[in-house]
Amino acid sequence: MTDGFALSCPIPDPGGDIIELAHGGGGLLMHRLIDRMIRPGFGLPEDGVAHDGAVFEVGSARLAFTTDSYVVRPLFFPGGDIGSLAVNGTVNDLAMCGAQPLYLSVGLILEEGLPIAQLQRVVASMRKAADAAGVRLVTGDTKVVERGKGDGVYINTAGVGAVRSGVALEPRRVRPGDAVLLSGDIGRHGIAVMAAREGFGFEGDIASDCAPLAATVMRLIDVGIELHCLRDPTRGGLATTLVEIAQAGGVVIRIDESSIAISEPVRGACELLGLDPLYVANEGRFVAFVPQHAAETALAVLRGGPAGASAAIIGRVEASGRAVLLDGMIGGTRALDMLSGEQLPRIC
Amino acid sequence: MCLAIPGQIQSITGDDDLTRQGRVAFGGIVKFVNLAFAPEAVVGDYVLVHAGFAIAVIDAEAARQTLDYLAEMEPEETA
Amino acid sequence: MKYVDEFRDPALARRYVEAIARIATRPWTLMEICGGQTHSIVRHGVDQLLPPGVTLLHGPGCPVCVTPAESIDTAIAIAGEPGVIFCSFGDMLRVPGHEGSLLAARARGADVRMVYSPLDALAIARETPDRQVVFFAIGFETTAPATAMTLAQAKRDGVGNFSLLVAHVLVPPAIEALLSAPDNLVQGFLAAGHVCTVMGYWEYEPIARRYGVPIVVTGFEPIDLLQGIYLCIRQLEAGRAEVENPYRRMVRREGNGTAQSLMRQVFAVRTQRWRGMGEIANSGLGVAPDYARFDACRRFGYVSDAPERPTECLSGEVLRGLRKPVECPAFGTRCTPERPLGATMVSSEGACAAYYRYRRPVEEPV
Repeated sequence: MTDGFALSCPIPDPGGDIIELAHGGGGLLMHRLIDRMIRPGFGLPEDGVAHDGAVFEVGSARLAFTTDSYVVRPLFFPGGDIGSLAVNGTVNDLAMCGAQPLYLSVGLILEEGLPIAQLQRVVASMRKAADAAGVRLVTGDTKVVERGKGDGVYINTAGVGAVRSGVALEPRRVRPGDAVLLSGDIGRHGIAVMAAREGFGFEGDIASDCAPLAATVMRLIDVGIELHCLRDPTRGGLATTLVEIAQAGGVVIRIDESSIAISEPVRGACELLGLDPLYVANEGRFVAFVPQHAAETALAVLRGGPAGASAAIIGRVEASGRAVLLDGMIGGTRALDMLSGEQLPRIC
Repeated sequence: MCLAIPGQIQSITGDDDLTRQGRVAFGGIVKFVNLAFAPEAVVGDYVLVHAGFAIAVIDAEAARQTLDYLAEMEPEETA
Repeated sequence: MKYVDEFRDPALARRYVEAIARIATRPWTLMEICGGQTHSIVRHGVDQLLPPGVTLLHGPGCPVCVTPAESIDTAIAIAGEPGVIFCSFGDMLRVPGHEGSLLAARARGADVRMVYSPLDALAIARETPDRQVVFFAIGFETTAPATAMTLAQAKRDGVGNFSLLVAHVLVPPAIEALLSAPDNLVQGFLAAGHVCTVMGYWEYEPIARRYGVPIVVTGFEPIDLLQGIYLCIRQLEAGRAEVENPYRRMVRREGNGTAQSLMRQVFAVRTQRWRGMGEIANSGLGVAPDYARFDACRRFGYVSDAPERPTECLSGEVLRGLRKPVECPAFGTRCTPERPLGATMVSSEGACAAYYRYRRPVEEPV
């Protein structure tokens, strides 16, 4: 067994009294902010299921409800834009609850001076994404803030979906012996956006993997796979998602590093910048925890989804506990940790 | 303090000593790299790149020898 | 990826692991200097594969570890000057000085930007002629040529709104400082392969002789690291103390002449403070008189060697393997990864940060 090294370098000084970017990074600081201030502030139970969305009953129906806000810069990047991201992100959160996504609301916060042509592009992109995902954008709101008080466009989407009968997905249902599946190769979205934003000047096709996952999830349910937990590894990447599930579910997850697919361009970019692809955001991938006997069938379904060719069984749940162990390519094992803040490119 | 990775020169532009640069491919992405410290590098060469600069041309034969080293030094282990 | 994947071959790695176990008949303590090597060792679990008698100390080898807190304080002060665009490599942004990090400064309104290369900072200077652009030039000799070339371009093209805050450090004096300490435990060194790509390795020959310590020029991939460890132990077992270079695909004895020549023009060697180790003579680079107007300290009126603020940090002793982190009175209380006092807690691969994580409650598997 090994120590839990976080391979971003180093840990941030949180400053104490102001919000920093790291609080939005999907890592330790963000979780602490939510767990120690926001959740208690809202009266949410301490042991509330930390999950992508809330599931509750209305009459005889079980609904899933989720919300997400999108502040990505730049607004347009290879493979997507803030609009498609906003639709697919919420669609996917509902799918991760085992729900058929139905309706989305859209809140737009526009910065004074934003070219209307850009807004038109975003709106068109949202419509296209919604149609592709089979959801309707049914209500919304628009506000404008003064020049300098926003990044062009901020979008909030909230979504409602119908949870499929008999499906209850949460980390506490994950069991020792479960197989861990990953629906495709990782790292595309985070690299695409970072490259576009920081002007790293890469040529080559690194495009975001932004895509709706609901259809694939519904197929898994239709085929009768007993799903225990699903999650899409967005901010913080695959490693953070697995650590969250291990902690919330009280399990030890063992992953085989060589089974995780990473495309050549993403690999090249990560090597060049010194980034660990395990911590890079994805917007069109998910992990699934299923009983071992269902793993091959589930894999066959995943192969039919976005980037399906690179879908794989990447590990298994080993025991009760709270750890994620990565068996490395050359024989060592390391425990994966949550990052404190955002992963930044290294020179070291 | 030395994150540097190998890439292959796809093309070279500029004659100026200080700003001669190459399009270098790193397993699937391509980036411009300053070649001022590798004046002997030509298209097709692999270079070691750090902070936007090529700091060495990679010696292919030496690489092969490194990989073969243990087999040559302790041949009984290859059995 | 060519020249990367072959050097991560699991079968070859296993053979090296077996060979190391076979030839090591006694305990040995080795040190790798470069943070990039430490990173690779940790990421690939190389140290887990070594026999129990072989200890790898992680030396002072990363800008995170060694850039003095005072330099970061100066960086933050300059970043706070009106109109300044302060550019830095990513991994420096989070390192705290005495008053927080550059990222924290950005949160308070400073224009701090991350760059991949100093050339990117120079480009920003060209694009925004009405702003002062400052680049934080940190790193070992590997990175100094990039800074030097950027400065040469700036001078040639008369980019007047560009300047550098220089804190480059040199490896050989640090190795000597470590080896000359009376309580030194290091018996063999893995020299930083990419530093040697630039500087060659001839500077290490007198050090190996003087201190009777083998020094092996080592790369960064698992095979390179294992080969370096293997060769170092082989020398120790045979009682040899030489400089050896298995990293021949990237390193020649004389190094990169073009880079060295430009570095000599642009920089002047000076005494430099290393975080956690104090001042080491002739171990740093400052701006040469011909380029003085590009020195950000001069331009903005800051002293380049502010007095060191006392700290209870013991990182110097920890990184030399003399004390365990838990023996430090501040460990885990006044000194944590979120509020680090010194080098070995600042870096997530530093000994103290590693111990801290390891000792966090992690439930054992049932």
